[in-house]
Amino acid sequence: MQGLSPRATRGLAYATPTAVLVTVFFLLPLLLVAQMSLSDWPLLAGDRGLNTPENYTDATDSTLFWPAVRFTLLYTVIVTVVLLGLALLLALLVQESRPAAGFFRTVYFLPGALGLASASLLFWGLYSPTTGPLSSVLERLGLVDDPVSFLGTPTSALLSTVFLVVWKFAGFYMLILLVGLQRIPHELYEAARMDGASRAQIFRRITLPLLRPSIALTLLLCVTGSLLAFDQFFILTKGGPDNSTVTVVQLIYREAFQRLNLGTAAALSIIVLAVLLLLNALQFRGLRRADES
Amino acid sequence: MSRALGRTPYFVVAGGLAVIFLFPLLWNAWASVSGQPGTAQESGHGLGNYRTLLHYDAGLWRYLLNSTVVSALTVALTLGVSLLGGYAFARFDFPGKNLLFLLTLAILMVPYATLLIPLYVLLGRLHLQNSLVGLSLVLAMFQLPFATFMMRISFEAVPRELEESAFVDGCGTAGALRRVLLPAVRPGLITVGLFAFLAAWNDFIAPLILISDSEKAPLPLAVANLRQQSMGAVDYGATEAGVVVLAVPCLLLFLLLQRHYMRGFMSGALKG
Repeated sequence: MQGLSPRATRGLAYATPTAVLVTVFFLLPLLLVAQMSLSDWPLLAGDRGLNTPENYTDATDSTLFWPAVRFTLLYTVIVTVVLLGLALLLALLVQESRPAAGFFRTVYFLPGALGLASASLLFWGLYSPTTGPLSSVLERLGLVDDPVSFLGTPTSALLSTVFLVVWKFAGFYMLILLVGLQRIPHELYEAARMDGASRAQIFRRITLPLLRPSIALTLLLCVTGSLLAFDQFFILTKGGPDNSTVTVVQLIYREAFQRLNLGTAAALSIIVLAVLLLLNALQFRGLRRADES
Repeated sequence: MSRALGRTPYFVVAGGLAVIFLFPLLWNAWASVSGQPGTAQESGHGLGNYRTLLHYDAGLWRYLLNSTVVSALTVALTLGVSLLGGYAFARFDFPGKNLLFLLTLAILMVPYATLLIPLYVLLGRLHLQNSLVGLSLVLAMFQLPFATFMMRISFEAVPRELEESAFVDGCGTAGALRRVLLPAVRPGLITVGLFAFLAAWNDFIAPLILISDSEKAPLPLAVANLRQQSMGAVDYGATEAGVVVLAVPCLLLFLLLQRHYMRGFMSGALKG
């Protein structure tokens, strides 16, 4: 290395493993997926000619494309509202000053240590109409007459999956919101109490506005994660019943490894990537604005 | 007295939620040793379901070994690369430094699934298809944004005087890293290692796409396959046993390192 100081050369040397990993396993695949989306790309060797824009039109023409987009958006909205609402309730419940807060915090977080695939397999057993306990509990309580098929109808399959995801992630988002709660100075609460503000007023006027950056961060993570949902539906519903729970990422997986059409799958990937980058950019702007206020 | 009464609703709500959060875990552990028709544990309680798992396809030990190899390789790679990278980003100036750091963080912006399809093709060209090493390299790459960020912060928190005194004693940068800096950044390394382990041990979609040989499947993939292969007669018992085997290391590690993990997480979030 000529023209570089010995110290710069050293720094470059220490950064080399990072550079190699980023180039080979991130940049190269990114270029490759762009190239694949423009070419005919069967799973096994074969014609690799240009296939533009057929990959893209094939991707959006698929009968499952728009239903998958609609379903993914619906799922994202429901999960985000329920998950963030519950996470906020949990964070407020287990703030530092409460008795046994540490114990409850650990309990709520515990499902977060499991993998999503493990949690999905667990709930698959829990929801089973034959061996799962939920159905018989509901029957014994007299709420239902027949065994409940938690994954049997499109609506129940969606809600059952939402319940699993909320159970798995609520503790994790609770942690992020707790960090935000701890940043709010105690004096503000005391001053508000001196002025005779009610609990609801304190929550609406102090807690919520000052928690906005943390809420924005959880929102970003939750929306991105939900739009890319895969494991839970692959394991719990397999996209059923009647393809009613096929998400966009599942569609990519099916196109690539069941219909063996990597070009179309790559085109779908590029579409998802573009939408997410746009969405993240928008949310980052919101995040920054929330930070400034 | 009125204070205690005031706390009752809190304990009812928090306790009720705690029961809901714990119930699935406790039920699964109990169900895995309970009798169910159509499983190896027909009635009573015992380890029949675990015996089914032990002998399923390539065998539980093989899958545990695969998962252990992938997790160990991923943790080692992530720690090694982010230790050197964090050192470089925190302490040196070199051409392309900011670009490389931004590119590393950009990994976060690209959806997992979007990269796995070209990675499947690319690993084939590198003769790393269907290999645990290839899978570990991919998993380590996905850990890099968090790991590099965390290690850079850790190094920046160490006073420069500490390594300068090592230089005076005749150490090179590598010597200073090994003797002086390594102990100072250990908390960061533990957090990064725990994250990398949990991610590698639990990952499902990367092995689903990159590993085609059932002999090489890590445990989550094997347990999911166990459930899918048995058409008609589904072995819930063995699946529940599989979930226990998958969950126990994660829960134990979390409970052991909980204090540290929470602290690392909170300080990271505060600075980020």
